[in-house]
Amino acid sequence: MKNLDLKRRNLLFRAMALGLATALPACDYEDPSNPDLADRFLHMMSAFNDRVQQALFNPRTLAPVFSPDQITRPPRFNAFYDISQAPVVDPASYRLELGGQILQRKPWTLAALRTLPQESQITRLVCVEGWRVIGQWAGVRLSDFLRRIGADTTCKYVSFKCADGYYSSIDMGSALHPQTILALDFLGAPLTPAFGAPVRLRIPTKLGFKNPKSIMQISVGNVYMGGYWEDLGYNWFSGS
Amino acid sequence: MPESQSLAPQRPIHPWPLRLMHWLNVVAIVMMIGSGLQIYDASPLFDFTFPPLVTIGGWLGAAIAWHLAFIWLLMANGLAYLIWGSLSGHFQRKFFPLSPRTVLKEIWAALRFRLPHHKGVYNSVQRLLYLGVIFAGITVVVSGLGIWKPVQLWFFTDLCGGYFVARYVHFFAMAAIAAFIAIHVLLVILVPKSLPPMITGGKMLDPRP
Repeated sequence: MKNLDLKRRNLLFRAMALGLATALPACDYEDPSNPDLADRFLHMMSAFNDRVQQALFNPRTLAPVFSPDQITRPPRFNAFYDISQAPVVDPASYRLELGGQILQRKPWTLAALRTLPQESQITRLVCVEGWRVIGQWAGVRLSDFLRRIGADTTCKYVSFKCADGYYSSIDMGSALHPQTILALDFLGAPLTPAFGAPVRLRIPTKLGFKNPKSIMQISVGNVYMGGYWEDLGYNWFSGS
Repeated sequence: MPESQSLAPQRPIHPWPLRLMHWLNVVAIVMMIGSGLQIYDASPLFDFTFPPLVTIGGWLGAAIAWHLAFIWLLMANGLAYLIWGSLSGHFQRKFFPLSPRTVLKEIWAALRFRLPHHKGVYNSVQRLLYLGVIFAGITVVVSGLGIWKPVQLWFFTDLCGGYFVARYVHFFAMAAIAAFIAIHVLLVILVPKSLPPMITGGKMLDPRP
């Protein structure tokens, strides 16, 4: 009996070790174009988590706001490149391109965006890595802007393309949230290249990487456009 | 099977729902801690990071994907355990009564190697540790939800002292569970006969209420 127990235990440990050794090195999620079994499982669960977050999202729940003395100084730069690589966009010739299910697709100048009502917020930006910073952003409410340009707000997605090759997309519900803004100012002054000049999305109900910087094009539609990090494996909804 | 044995009041040391939940929990906990340590490494709370040997995922994106995939197994299994444990009388039978006096007495007895082991009956120190790890499990899930959704599930975040503090709460609750597992596995190695009943159920010949 004792011997049998020992054998059984050995077998169990060996099975566990084998399972770990064969399964785990493949769990890198590293080649999105050639998903293995583990990748497919993770994709399925991530899609399920998108639906859970969609259900959890309450359009009336506001992200916490903070007082000016709680602002993180100096602000923290973060991108998938070095700060010296941040794209420099000429503010004078800048035009925000519009595409998809939008009635008035005339490109917008920075000056025109500044004529719209401006909204200021001191909110927390939570990075997917775990750290958080508090900053003050001001700009145009995305919901105001979408209505202004005659966007079809029954569509599922709002997608963004950036000057640095970054791209991302968000659900319409989050796009219409009152704290979702097209930020033009950061800490009381126009955005600098490192922090997303001339226009960035500030969406405190989502993780930091869902706040694309240096936006060149906005489109509205029902086709899923993914995103830079999302296509590498980060969860798409990434709500906060 | 001899007739006398089949007539005697018997029940397994570990009933099948407990065994099933135990091994599902092993899978969930290994995946959650392994991927959690990889997530920790992306923005360490302390002056150390965890080596690839103990992390799962290889990089942050995969680690989060594993973490948020297996959280459902951990939560569903944990919830089933809490419900089953309460309704079946398992908690009442195994963890109570429990008093600080008997805990101290039995720690003293254990230190002199005079604490007898009754198959299927927990001593007070074990009772305390099992209740403690259940509390740590609830804490790790609540703080995790608070970190995952500091806006939509703000009450969990606030309960843990805000987003910043919640990350520490999450870490220390995990550390408490890891410490429990270390002791748990060490005891199984020291008393190997305690392992088979968690697989086969075992037989408790002297059932006590």
